[in-house]
Amino acid sequence: MTTPNTPPVLSPEDFLPLQVRPDAYGITRPSRSYWQDAWARLRRNRRAMLSLWIIIALLSFALLGPLLWTVDPARQDIDQISQAPGADRSATIVAPYVAWNGMATAGFEGGSGLRLAAAANSQVVRLLWDAVPGMQGFRLYRNVFPVDGDMAFGLPIAEFPDSDAGFYEDRLDLRPDTYYYSLVALDEDRALSSQYEVLEVEVTRVITLDEVRTRALVPAERVLAEGDEVLLGLHPLGTDYLGRDMLSRLMAGARVSLFIGIVAPLLYVLLGVLYGSTAGFLGGRVDQWMMRFADFVVALPFLLFMILFQVVFGIGPGESGILPMLLALVVLAWPATARLVRGQVLQIRQEAYISASRLLGAPSWYLVLRHMIPNTLGVILVTLTFAVPSAIFTEAFLSFIGMGVAPPTASWGSMSNEGLATMLTHPHELIFPALFISVTVLAFNLLGDGLRDALDARMRSLE
Amino acid sequence: MWQYTLKRLAQGLVTVWFIATATFLAMHNVPGDPLSGGRAISPEIRANLEARYGLDKPLGEQYVLYLGNFLRGDFGISFTQQNRQVNDIIREHFPVSATLGILAVLFAALGGVLWGALTALYRNRLPDTIIMFLVILGISVPSFVFAALGQLALVNVNALLGVSLLPVAGWGEVSHMILPALVLGMGTMAYLTRLMRSSMLEIIHADYIRTARAKGLPPARIFTRHQLRNAILPVVTVLGPAIAAITTGGFVVELVFAIPGLGRYFVQAVQQLDYTVIMGTTVFYGAFLVFMVIVVDLLYGWIDPRVRVQ
Repeated sequence: MTTPNTPPVLSPEDFLPLQVRPDAYGITRPSRSYWQDAWARLRRNRRAMLSLWIIIALLSFALLGPLLWTVDPARQDIDQISQAPGADRSATIVAPYVAWNGMATAGFEGGSGLRLAAAANSQVVRLLWDAVPGMQGFRLYRNVFPVDGDMAFGLPIAEFPDSDAGFYEDRLDLRPDTYYYSLVALDEDRALSSQYEVLEVEVTRVITLDEVRTRALVPAERVLAEGDEVLLGLHPLGTDYLGRDMLSRLMAGARVSLFIGIVAPLLYVLLGVLYGSTAGFLGGRVDQWMMRFADFVVALPFLLFMILFQVVFGIGPGESGILPMLLALVVLAWPATARLVRGQVLQIRQEAYISASRLLGAPSWYLVLRHMIPNTLGVILVTLTFAVPSAIFTEAFLSFIGMGVAPPTASWGSMSNEGLATMLTHPHELIFPALFISVTVLAFNLLGDGLRDALDARMRSLE
Repeated sequence: MWQYTLKRLAQGLVTVWFIATATFLAMHNVPGDPLSGGRAISPEIRANLEARYGLDKPLGEQYVLYLGNFLRGDFGISFTQQNRQVNDIIREHFPVSATLGILAVLFAALGGVLWGALTALYRNRLPDTIIMFLVILGISVPSFVFAALGQLALVNVNALLGVSLLPVAGWGEVSHMILPALVLGMGTMAYLTRLMRSSMLEIIHADYIRTARAKGLPPARIFTRHQLRNAILPVVTVLGPAIAAITTGGFVVELVFAIPGLGRYFVQAVQQLDYTVIMGTTVFYGAFLVFMVIVVDLLYGWIDPRVRVQ
């Protein structure tokens, strides 16, 4: 800073000795425990924190959700079967069904060929047609897909012995959708001839006044007349193939899946910790025999025996099968934790602080509780976090092949199984439960990664 | 090495015996028995049937009979399918499952090693980020979802192209095998990729790699001869459990893709409570998995000389 020409200006104070500052020697920051340190490291991990929030959200979805969305997951809404989320849920009020004599109603007179005799709605579709001379009768078909060149007529719904003009009313399981009715003339051998007509029918949803009242779709004081529109029950995430509300079923399923996914690992990790620490602590021949037994249980093919257990418990109709699954998971899955904890305990047993503690007269139980378990807790916590996704997978797998929870109990796995059948036409029934399984597993996996990085530097390289 | 092999084989046999015993005891605790249910039968007929199937004997004797039959390779007769021996079912349907399983293991192992090595080489760069994102997805999505999504995608692709690129379900030709094998191997591949990546990252800065580079070896040769060969070892150790995962994962994939494999048969047998088929296939699968793990362990000793010395 100073140029060579100007010497620095010094005062006598500059030659006084420095004062001792006591605060410079003290530890200014409060000391942090191992857990505080780990928590701080976890807080910095954005992925892990996001996962933690997702898990909290999922838990509140399962536990608090049913309090807010109180639709019964087992109730069927037969007017809205396999509805996609956000589908139109309006219905027009019509008069109750009355028998029909084959006459066209007002506004539908005239016309030729296959035609509608009245407005088509989900209560009834009424059809009229003209005679086709020289033919031996008709067969009427219904399809939900357009009839293309290769005469894919769909479902045969009626057959008529003569080829005169006729009429038919279809009341079979009508949904608000587009239907293609085909009337095919039959030749002398009563085989399909090439003469056919296709009618595209747009079916609208209707409801009778009685139904509106009995199901309390509108407030009782509202006056309704025929032709008015009412809204059917709301299903934010749609309905499944039996018309049950997807949102409330997902919540009920979350309870089952998360219960198994969290409680089973808690139990078997606890069992593994007890078993492993006992083996590791006792050592010697007892340790050898205990671990030999654990090896046998490890060698059992896991999923095969899970299935076998479910068979043994013989889940009958009306039973949920949750407890057998929990028990089977605990019985089969503990050895991995036991091995891990035993290894840790064997390692810790050699440490100098154990010898010191022993020298000071600490009894065995004190050593285990005060030193061994706290020092393995990090590893145990990480194991626990990774055990959750595998338990959820196991539950989903078993429910998917029909060996898990029994209907009508919902779980994400059984919902996926049911959704698979209608995957092509109503993908939301498969996608929602599958999404929940995937997000949950993803969150627990990422949290486990974060915990491992935060808790135990040694395990980071083991990934 | 021979001693080790024999020891492992003996251990394997004991494990299979353990599996057989556990299966036997488990199946004897199933509520009801194979003869109850269906139509009511008179006590005389029931006694005859029990005598025919040995169900009237004490448990110990039945157990000895059961083990003896297993040792002779006789798994009994199906309870729900007429005139079908469990042996025939296994003989007929296991090759299908095995073919699918081998393809899936190959796909998972090759893919896992390749992707894992690539992500390690491009660490913290775009390819790494993309692949590791896909890997986490692969670990988190259950196989039946992959199977369903795969089918859905295939239907749409086929419809879009106007020709059947690959069949959506069924079995018989090579084209039938591709999608199920991919789906079946997906989860395992994701897991192996992760393992391979961390193993590769560990050795990528090892001294012998620096030496190889210093003496002027071309990068390709370092990659194949030094990095890949050393990083692949941990992948081999988990191949045993991976085969087990793929075998049991096959149950679901065979169900979804309508593949006539043993897994689908097993699931059906479980749903119909076909006792002999359940017992036979469980023990068969159990023995198969135990010996696959042993084979992989021996293979590991053969690949890595350090293990052999111990």
